[in-house]
Amino acid sequence: MDIDLITNILFAMVRTGTPLLLVAMGELICEKSGVLNLGQEGMMLMGAMAGFAVAFVSGDLWFGVLAGILTGMLMSLLFGFLALNLNANQVASGLALTIFGAGLSAYLGGDFVGKPLTGMEAWVIPGLSSIPLIGKALFAQDPLVYLSFVMFGVVFFFVYHSRPGLILKAVGEAPESAVAVGLSVIRVRYLAVLFGGAMAGLGGAYLSLAYTPLWSDNMTAGRGWIALALVVFASWRVGRLLLGAYLFGAASIMHLVMQGLGVSVSSNLLATLPYLATIVVLVLLSSNQARIKLFAPMSLGKPFHKTQ
Amino acid sequence: MTHNSSNPHPRVSLRNISKRFPGVLANDQVNLDISPGEIHALLGENGAGKSTLMKMIYGVMMPDEGRIAWDGLPVEIKEPAAARKLGIGMVFQHFSLFETLTVAENIALCLDAHEARDMTALSARIRDVSLKYSMALEPDRLVHTLSIGERQRVEIVRCLIQDIRLLILDEPTSVLTPQEVEGLFATLRQLAAEGCSILFISHKLNEVKALCHNATILRGGRVTGQCVPGNETAQGIARMMVGDDTPVTATHERTRGGEEYLKICNLSLTSRDPFGTSLKDINLGVRAGEIVGIAGVAGNGQEELLAALSGETLETHREAIRLPHGYIAHMYPGERRNEGLAFVPEERLGRGAVPDMSLEENGLLTAAGAGLVKNGWVNWRKTREFAEQIVSQFNVKCAGIHAPAKSLSGGNLQKFIMGREILQTPTLLIASHPTWGVDIGAAVAIHKELIKLRNSGAAILLVSEDLDELFEITDRICALCHGRLSPVADTASVSLQQVGSWMAGHFDVDEDVQGG
Repeated sequence: MDIDLITNILFAMVRTGTPLLLVAMGELICEKSGVLNLGQEGMMLMGAMAGFAVAFVSGDLWFGVLAGILTGMLMSLLFGFLALNLNANQVASGLALTIFGAGLSAYLGGDFVGKPLTGMEAWVIPGLSSIPLIGKALFAQDPLVYLSFVMFGVVFFFVYHSRPGLILKAVGEAPESAVAVGLSVIRVRYLAVLFGGAMAGLGGAYLSLAYTPLWSDNMTAGRGWIALALVVFASWRVGRLLLGAYLFGAASIMHLVMQGLGVSVSSNLLATLPYLATIVVLVLLSSNQARIKLFAPMSLGKPFHKTQ
Repeated sequence: MTHNSSNPHPRVSLRNISKRFPGVLANDQVNLDISPGEIHALLGENGAGKSTLMKMIYGVMMPDEGRIAWDGLPVEIKEPAAARKLGIGMVFQHFSLFETLTVAENIALCLDAHEARDMTALSARIRDVSLKYSMALEPDRLVHTLSIGERQRVEIVRCLIQDIRLLILDEPTSVLTPQEVEGLFATLRQLAAEGCSILFISHKLNEVKALCHNATILRGGRVTGQCVPGNETAQGIARMMVGDDTPVTATHERTRGGEEYLKICNLSLTSRDPFGTSLKDINLGVRAGEIVGIAGVAGNGQEELLAALSGETLETHREAIRLPHGYIAHMYPGERRNEGLAFVPEERLGRGAVPDMSLEENGLLTAAGAGLVKNGWVNWRKTREFAEQIVSQFNVKCAGIHAPAKSLSGGNLQKFIMGREILQTPTLLIASHPTWGVDIGAAVAIHKELIKLRNSGAAILLVSEDLDELFEITDRICALCHGRLSPVADTASVSLQQVGSWMAGHFDVDEDVQGG
């Protein structure tokens, strides 16, 4: 393999990993607060559809990005109302959100299928982008990829070095204790759910505005689920999330690479790699109960009933 | 009372406080005054309204009626943060700590944002406070690696690090060894001497007598008496708590038992739970006709030992547990019950009883082999009679035998489960915390039934955190610490201090005490 090929693989790996990273960071924050939102896929689809539609009508990609984020938040608000106010089962509410989002985005986006849109262009940073191997992957990307780098830094700092991050973890671990020390569990959880929605919407908008600038039904193709698996893969640690997102990104482009190298493997089979990788990783991780127990937010998925 | 203050007002003063929950008046016109520097005991049985009253002082809930005054000025305490601002701190019975965070982070969560910004300075402050009150703490340790006693220190230091003026402690000694209790009392006396008021909730009357200046007694949500604990006998105070002439104490003769019935040999068990405790080489024999008690602070392997003995865990080697007629370590719980064994697990709802099933059905669950099922058919008449017998003989307060198990209060369900097992007259009863949450009168009744069962020739193994209970009814006693079992001694000849050091893991001293 020559150096150009590797440079291009790294570039594509980061691009493919970006939507996963964005959505998974949102879900990580959400899960840290003790809320399991399985509606990522639905929120992503709505974000992708709304982002594309607004960008197409207004002619401004950034309005599209904003619309994607806001739509994701709106969807998560629906989930929050069910799961936090009405104390509905989180798994069922999340699944319902995914199904609802898939259907609604197909219905509302019907008019935009197959419409052309000039996608987000790369901001090539002079000098840095010519660094061998990694220059192109890190410094010749579109602005949303740079945004994902920034968000990674923000989330990392938030979780490990800020007081609100400490409060988030406390609420996710022992909501009853949190109430006893005077923290508002429902408020913290709502904010976390909203952040999850915003990031899922952003991840969706990235797909329809930058990655493949178009709208088609179910265009997320299970990325929301992979992002969910990624959170477990990272055992709820932010640094590993980045690693995992790019690893999964690499797995998803493997079939293209193999074809490029002239290896004769069915491209359909290769396209299943990221999903297979997800299953393998989940099995390996869940076989070790101790790990799960040490790192998983202890109240994950359990509704919180405020007494009195 | 020896407290000096220029302020003539009590630190906190409650007037005519009432709080109503659906169907029950939890607090009824309660009055309570605590002076600066006073250690005040709040006494009462389960359900007397102690917790409700505390929660209203700490702002977890608001009274329906009545007034609270702080240093003579009326206040409304709407949330815990407001209580903390006044200088009120609380140490909860079931700790309000976050296990995956460090000690310092746990404490930071209770402080205002500006106080907790500099974690290095906070760690230094934690060290200062813990040194001043002799409560050693390492700020960077993760809470789940701490012992129960250390966790309590975190809770207390968390209160002391603020400008504390009233410290509320809810049953603080139930999780401590006797030596740790002494240490806690020294700290509390030091605090009181500095002018801090202390509200001490407990049902251990000897401790209240040793520590508290004044006591207020609650019964059924009302103040039914006040006294200076030092001037009363423990029986006298218990009488005030119970209110009628239910017997509050009983003395039982000890026995030496007969043939060895249960033998535990080199029992080791690796816990699958990362927060659990592994059992290491446990050896213990229980004779027919005696009660052996295992003392120890919760989390030292009690759960794992019970699981191994009851058959919930089969991962022990085959020769680890035996009865006179053979090994049982490979048997499932049902098979062990058929051998005449009975178990009372610590967790009442979910392990001891099925929450949504009626008492009648819950009775059938473990007593099926005792004639309630014949040729695969349930004899419902007998099943009903069995449940009714438990309810009447053990004075279980319930809406009837068709009431679901989860509708009973903890103490009443405990009485039902103990009754269910005792009435089957097992040859070996293994019970965890037999009188947990049960009121004084009922505890005396359960103890009597246990003694009766023992005298009929059954072997009984009790696991309890309540040393008073173990010293009252066991014939031999030992302690569990970090999954290891201490030597076993005759209860009549061993001192409380000795068992206390066993609970802390010091097994080597006084080996000669070891009895049969």
